[in-house]
Amino acid sequence: MSPAEANTGAVGAPESANALAATLRHARYTFAENPVSGFAFFLFVLLLLCAAFGPYLVPYDPLASDTSAALAPPSLHHLFGTDQIGRDIFSRVIVATRLDMSIAIASVALVFALGGLAGIAAGFFGGWVDQVVGRLADTIMAFPLFVLAMGIVAALGNTVTNIVIATAIINFPLYARVARAEANIRREAGFVQAARLTGNGDIRILLTQILPNIMPIMVVQMSLTMGYAILNAAGLSFIGLGVRPPTPEWGIMVAEGAGFIVSGDWWIAFFPGLALMLAVFCFNLLGDGLRDIVDPQRRS
Amino acid sequence: MAAAQLLDIKDLTVEFATRRGLVRAVEKIDISLAKGETLGIVGESGSGKSVTSYAIMRILDRAGRIAEGAITFGGMDLRSASESRMRDLRGSEISMIFQNPRAALNPIRKIGKQIEDVLLRHGQARSSDAREKAIEVLTQVRIARPEERYHAYPFELSGGMCQRVVIALALACRPQLLIADEPTTGLDVTTQKAVMELIVELTRARGMSTILITHDLGLAAAYCGKVVVMEKGKVVEAAKSETIFRAPSHRYTRKLMRATPRPGITLRDLLPEDAAQPSSERPSKAAKGRPKLLSVRNLVKEYKRQGQGGGLSGSLAGIFGGKKTEPGDAMFRAVDGIGFDIAPGESLGLVGESGCGKSTTSMMVMRLIDPTSGGIFFKGEDIGAVPARNFARSPWRKHIQMVFQDPTDSLNPRYTAARAIADPLLRLDDGTDKRSTRARVEELAGLVGLPANLLGRFPHQLSGGQKARVGIARAIALHPELVILDEPTAALDVSVQAVVLNLLQELKATLGMSYLFVSHDLHVVRLLCDRVIVMRQGRIVEEGSAEQVLEAPKAAYTRELIAAIPHPPV
Repeated sequence: MSPAEANTGAVGAPESANALAATLRHARYTFAENPVSGFAFFLFVLLLLCAAFGPYLVPYDPLASDTSAALAPPSLHHLFGTDQIGRDIFSRVIVATRLDMSIAIASVALVFALGGLAGIAAGFFGGWVDQVVGRLADTIMAFPLFVLAMGIVAALGNTVTNIVIATAIINFPLYARVARAEANIRREAGFVQAARLTGNGDIRILLTQILPNIMPIMVVQMSLTMGYAILNAAGLSFIGLGVRPPTPEWGIMVAEGAGFIVSGDWWIAFFPGLALMLAVFCFNLLGDGLRDIVDPQRRS
Repeated sequence: MAAAQLLDIKDLTVEFATRRGLVRAVEKIDISLAKGETLGIVGESGSGKSVTSYAIMRILDRAGRIAEGAITFGGMDLRSASESRMRDLRGSEISMIFQNPRAALNPIRKIGKQIEDVLLRHGQARSSDAREKAIEVLTQVRIARPEERYHAYPFELSGGMCQRVVIALALACRPQLLIADEPTTGLDVTTQKAVMELIVELTRARGMSTILITHDLGLAAAYCGKVVVMEKGKVVEAAKSETIFRAPSHRYTRKLMRATPRPGITLRDLLPEDAAQPSSERPSKAAKGRPKLLSVRNLVKEYKRQGQGGGLSGSLAGIFGGKKTEPGDAMFRAVDGIGFDIAPGESLGLVGESGCGKSTTSMMVMRLIDPTSGGIFFKGEDIGAVPARNFARSPWRKHIQMVFQDPTDSLNPRYTAARAIADPLLRLDDGTDKRSTRARVEELAGLVGLPANLLGRFPHQLSGGQKARVGIARAIALHPELVILDEPTAALDVSVQAVVLNLLQELKATLGMSYLFVSHDLHVVRLLCDRVIVMRQGRIVEEGSAEQVLEAPKAAYTRELIAAIPHPPV
């Protein structure tokens, strides 16, 4: 942190504690006002807890097979039943949360950094920067996105890192376009002009004036694409281009269980599918709630 | 007498459900309006004047409801009328004109078609003769070449033209009552005059009643028979407009009247009588022979014409918005070879209507945009030669600062007041540490009269006047020698404007700055400036001392401008 920024912090410091308290109050109000967002937030916390502590809490080893109990339907012993080699599905679904969430969060963070910054620069500077970012986004959009993700993973190899990269790339146009549009509107805003007068250069204006004002929209965008990222990762695994068995992952588990549905063993595919659906559902709803929380205009 | 009333509002209370409980926007007001009468509702922002009109039209938003009282229109109770009955009424019996004409028109539909829609909806025309009738309506609002304009889209018309179309829409079905909510705010004075005269003439010819909602007492008095003054949701005074001007009975009305800039007064006269502020004398005239602070020579700014340019946005669009010129040569001269000087300690007013190039000029002097040609000399140094994009790092940057037109737009919504004021100190002032920055911010807040406990607030938690103070504090933080004031009070209520103008005058006297005051309001300019320049179409049409330009204008255009300012009857 430069000395100048240290100063900035000092000027705002006495207020920041208050601001945090106000934000929390506002968040509570928003969730109370809108129970659906509250529910989404509850789901989100649940997902985080599963991701953080799941592996230590589950009753069975997610990889341990027990052929004597294969294809057992849901019961008190095996809440979600067992699969064809007797692994406990409940344990596997819970343990898989960490991997699926990690892929989603990593890819969203990556695309936010790349797409968001590229888009803001395109909207703010215009000219050739805008042209380059715009054409790049157009090129990516020219492919069916899931097929593009398949291609990337197939070419780079079946690793978690590559799934993250592929998911980030296919989301790039969404972020770049939203950020570009929002930065473009604010380029001529009075406070940006005022910042120029007080001696801020272009890069500083971009980072201290434009970016913080675009954050609310970007946060909402992140929440919405998070669900999509989870689906994408699960989808890649489902078709065999992602995480490999026997690693617990929702997409693979649905794929493995799909063949057993016809024979009546519905629970193998159903419960990981349900987890997938709830996670996507949660992030989409959370996006709406977040929009209300992060918008400063709606706080007073 | 009561039977003759067209509109009768009794004990009307409107409540809004907010997070902090019920808020009464309008409280127990009585207003009545006879057939053919013109009524002005005057008040500052938050007075409930617009809410009253929404209540009449029953177009309050979801949070609002009529809690008490009755609204009777032509014998019918509007409060209990069914929604479908109200739909028939709106547009055919009661019409409304909104503040922003461009927003009130559908941007992707030809204006002729939009008028047809209204005529067809209310059974005033059949599809066979709708076009004919629409053109007739356009002729009535004096739109030149109506057959051609029928095919125009709203963006092809100027603001004044759009407002005429909106008036045409409102009057198309010959309603009995017209509600005009700030119909001329944002329009130039000459356009304002034309639009107001059109409204008055058309409504008089048809025997219609009109409610004019405005913040401008002068405008209400000039065009209305009766005036109602509202403050904080209550009617504080209601009388004939001559009476209200000759003998205002309520304290608030007197305060409003005092605060309205008018000929023959000084800045001090704008403030309430009991305001204990040190009287600031008229500025001492700049000493002759001293070196000029700023010299502008033969300044030119050219733009590509719209359509070819493409990238024109924000403030620049405003410049083009006013006047639409015929397509022709590719370049458009927004500023066409102007020159002027400002002496140290002097304030110069730059006056003109939208599109005259005054904002472009100020942006060039401010070094936010580059001139096409010409010189800008600050203390003899040609600062025009430094490209605008590098000027942020120039040593001259801290000597030229600006107060922006819109106090809301010019503050970063995510910066507290303290952080906004501190910004220039952190960026351009050398050798500041945390403590001295904090102390300086507090000192500046004191100078502009901003209570220190408001420093931690965000812009949306501050009132318009407080935001204006933050903007001024930021501009003067570095002891600039030249401050450009770009209509700093245009977005403020008159009583706040009075205080802010006085503040600016005082600061100038204390700190010895020079002002370049950009405005469309001649009266305000006269109060604050030593000299005035009148601009039109990028050129200077008149230059002289403030008194001389206002009292004995030489140019015909200046006379036209002065005549267009609405005058109270007294």
